[in-house]
Amino acid sequence: MKKSYQNLEVNLTNNMRKVIHRKLSTNFLRLSLVVLLAFTSALSAQEGDPAKGKSLFNANCAACHKLDKKMTGPALRNVEARLAEEEGLDRDWLYAWIRNSAGVIKSGDAYANKIYNEYGGAAMTAFPQLSDEDISNILAYTAAEPPAPPASVPGTEVASQSNASGGISNELILGALAILFILLAAGLYLVNKTLRRFATAQGLDLPESSGRTPLWKTFVQNQFLMIVVSIFFLLASAYFIYGYLSQIGVDQGYQPVQPIHYSHKIHAGDNGIDCKYCHSSARVSKHSGIPSLNVCMNCHKSIYEVAPETATEEYSKEFYDGEIKKLYEAVGWDDAEQKYTGETKPVKWVRIHNLPDFAYFNHSQHVTVAGVECQTCHGPVEEMEVMYQHAPLTMGWCINCHRETKVDVKGNAYYEKIHEELSKKYGVDELTAAQMGGLECGKCHY
Amino acid sequence: MKSLIKILAIAVILVSVSCKKDTAPNYQFMPNMYESVGYETYGEAAFPNGIEAQVPAEGSIPRGFVPFDIENSTAGYDLAKATLKSPLAPAIPLTADISEEERNANEYRVDYEKAGPLYTIYCAICHGVKGDGKGKLVQREKILGIPSYADAGRAINEGSIYHTIYYGKNAMGSYANQLNEEERWQVVAYVLKLKADLEK
Ligand code: HEC
Ligand code: HEC
Ligand code: HEC
Ligand code: HEC
Ligand code: HEC
Ligand code: HEC
Ligand code: HEC
Repeated sequence: MKKSYQNLEVNLTNNMRKVIHRKLSTNFLRLSLVVLLAFTSALSAQEGDPAKGKSLFNANCAACHKLDKKMTGPALRNVEARLAEEEGLDRDWLYAWIRNSAGVIKSGDAYANKIYNEYGGAAMTAFPQLSDEDISNILAYTAAEPPAPPASVPGTEVASQSNASGGISNELILGALAILFILLAAGLYLVNKTLRRFATAQGLDLPESSGRTPLWKTFVQNQFLMIVVSIFFLLASAYFIYGYLSQIGVDQGYQPVQPIHYSHKIHAGDNGIDCKYCHSSARVSKHSGIPSLNVCMNCHKSIYEVAPETATEEYSKEFYDGEIKKLYEAVGWDDAEQKYTGETKPVKWVRIHNLPDFAYFNHSQHVTVAGVECQTCHGPVEEMEVMYQHAPLTMGWCINCHRETKVDVKGNAYYEKIHEELSKKYGVDELTAAQMGGLECGKCHY
Repeated sequence: MKSLIKILAIAVILVSVSCKKDTAPNYQFMPNMYESVGYETYGEAAFPNGIEAQVPAEGSIPRGFVPFDIENSTAGYDLAKATLKSPLAPAIPLTADISEEERNANEYRVDYEKAGPLYTIYCAICHGVKGDGKGKLVQREKILGIPSYADAGRAINEGSIYHTIYYGKNAMGSYANQLNEEERWQVVAYVLKLKADLEK
């Protein structure tokens, strides 16, 4: 254990050193670049600020362009140099294009039309509000060196390794303890035996168990105690048997392994996505439903990997990225080409909450009409890395809540009259669901 | 020796009890009426592709469906932007001096009370509650480049917003299956309100 932590520290300091070196060298590079630029007359345009460029890029362009990956538009790493080399286009063309690409296309510019057709006629938004300086900043950002990912990766790798070994060593320690225990027991037994042998060899008289009746015999002979104990025993076993029988058919805590490791903690918890974004039919129908995969693709067209800090001790970044690949495979999304292949494989999610067929439960009645939070019934979903059943879903559970929960009648024209009459009948201000008929067998059993 | 065996037996029982598996469903007692005879929603079924959730037959029309015959393309987007208008009557300001009945007379009226929550569920996660393009996913740098509704270069209007919700646009997906027609127009109205607030 300790060793791996030391490793980690050593590695971190190494990385730190590496980073500093790299910073120095990039600074040096940048400096020489500036010097070079100052001397070349052909590239007289002002050099931009990559930091400002980054925020402009993220705010305006990142919806369609990534630096190293084709998205709605082409990858933009080093566009300026690439266009200058391959097409002989200068920065003025870029200014014109970025401010109004449609205009450039209309003007009959050959390259503009070529790339427009290559991207299937997808139109780039016009950015008339960007000044020359803004665009230089963006271009400077696209020309900046790619941040070297290896700097951070070894650290995380070591971390996950040490954790994995932590898990193993835990088991090892437990195993070793168990073996030690067994050895100790065996040792004691052997010592006892040899001591006895010694004693007989020495001719010592071992005190044999004397003529007194042993404790358990007196116990058996005492009838009153026996009766009390057996009654106690019967009651206890009845209690346990009852407990065992009444949990038959109750799946509280059921937590199957899903075909895609989809984490509610990451989506609904950390990133705060509303439950109804995905379970949208909970608003309007009996079933809450599992989202179809095109809903996932609303975000996952852009999110093709998780950030390194999303990885936890238990699940590494590689694992999460692999799960997103599974999603792509299932919807038939080709991430490199950025289009659907048309070969889909439905995902077989394992159903967790399931009432027996003879009971009727309706989500919209509880979610939309009654305004009950999902978490009241499904527990702390936003903390669940893997989904499990929180509530027992027994009849007693439903009935209890109907007895305790007040009906939300505010702003519900449908209830106005009923509420008035019923509250007169029961002599209360606020009705519970039970008083509205939430205990009638026919409401839940059909 | 005997006590050792006893200890072992107890240990075995304890271990087997504590190993209740959570990855498998529990036993059921006489489950005849537990499992549905009909197909269950999202279950497996004896269709060629094996799933219950089938695509409706071609040409079927949902109740209350109104065809949307602007196509999913840049040309369609431009057409929507130029011609498409909202069928909802404008909202009555809360301060307007009219009776409750008049207020409820037109069912198809913009209702910000209804539209706000829908916007918060489906759009705010990217576009932000104020529509400035700074939703939670953007702040956490998961998705970038979400435009502000007040973006001058885009100059969105009701037709273009509806087209965007219906078909999606570039990196944004379609929300046609999460919102019905009326809800889509409600959200459009809400987006226009946010845009006006941003431009203030
Ligand atoms: C709405 C999506 C969209 C946005 C936003 C967008 N672009 Fe584009 N861009 C495209 C598309 C699509 C193309 C390919 C040409 C076409 O189809 O019009 C393109 C092409 C380009 C090209 C030409 C690349 C080449 O390899 O020839 C440059 C340069 C460019 N964009 C820069 C920018 C910059 C800078 C911004 C931000 C200020 C930006 N784009 C924002 C969609 C977009
Ligand atoms: C990004 C989409 C998404 C969001 C947001 C989301 N879910 Fe889910 N939910 C899923 C998927 C996919 C499954 C099926 C996989 C699984 O069971 O883990 C699921 C499964 C479930 C289940 C179990 C269904 C069953 O089989 O019984 C419950 C309950 C649930 N979600 C509740 C919630 C609640 C409550 C929230 C809000 C806190 C929420 N979900 C937010 C996508 C989502
Ligand atoms: C509203 C946006 C959004 C939607 C919709 C969405 N995701 Fe995600 N997803 C995310 C974000 C954000 C992350 C985390 C990325 C990070 O941490 O860098 C993520 C991460 C993941 C991961 C890796 C972590 C994990 O949970 O195992 C998987 C797998 C995943 N999503 C699957 C799905 C599936 C399946 C659906 C559809 C039911 C879905 N996502 C819908 C935003 C979304
Ligand atoms: C009053 C309790 C209650 C509330 C509130 C509730 N659920 Fe459920 N949920 C259930 C029960 C009971 C089932 C099992 C239904 C069945 O088997 O027919 C279930 C099933 C589900 C399922 C499995 C698929 C299905 O529809 O049968 C999902 C997903 C789900 N709930 C999500 C949600 C979400 C999201 C919310 C909040 C918008 C929510 N639930 C609110 C009790 C509740
Ligand atoms: C969190 C509390 C809660 C739980 C748990 C709950 N309910 Fe309810 N239920 C309510 C409330 C509140 C209403 C009243 C809604 C309204 O305003 O009409 C209601 C209404 C109903 C109704 C309609 C009653 C009527 O008068 O028309 C049915 C049916 C129902 N619930 C079934 C169930 C079933 C089946 C379960 C268990 C699987 C269950 N409920 C669990 C709170 C709950
Ligand atoms: C609020 C909804 C609700 C009401 C009202 C209700 N039940 Fe139930 N009942 C359930 C649910 C849910 C189950 C399934 C429990 C389970 O699977 O453990 C159930 C299970 C049962 C069972 C057990 C069946 C079996 O095979 O396990 C019987 C019997 C039953 N109900 C009878 C009744 C009678 C009689 C009434 C009227 C007095 C009634 N129920 C009213 C929801 C309700
Ligand atoms: C997953 C993140 C995401 C969600 C959720 C989302 N959008 Fe968008 N939206 C985007 C992106 C990315 C763009 C930029 C599209 C582009 O490249 O032109 C955009 C652009 C837009 C535009 C401007 C389109 C134009 O004409 O230029 C509108 C209007 C819009 N969204 C409305 C909505 C509405 C309404 C909702 C809720 C129903 C919504 N969005 C939900 C990501 C999202």
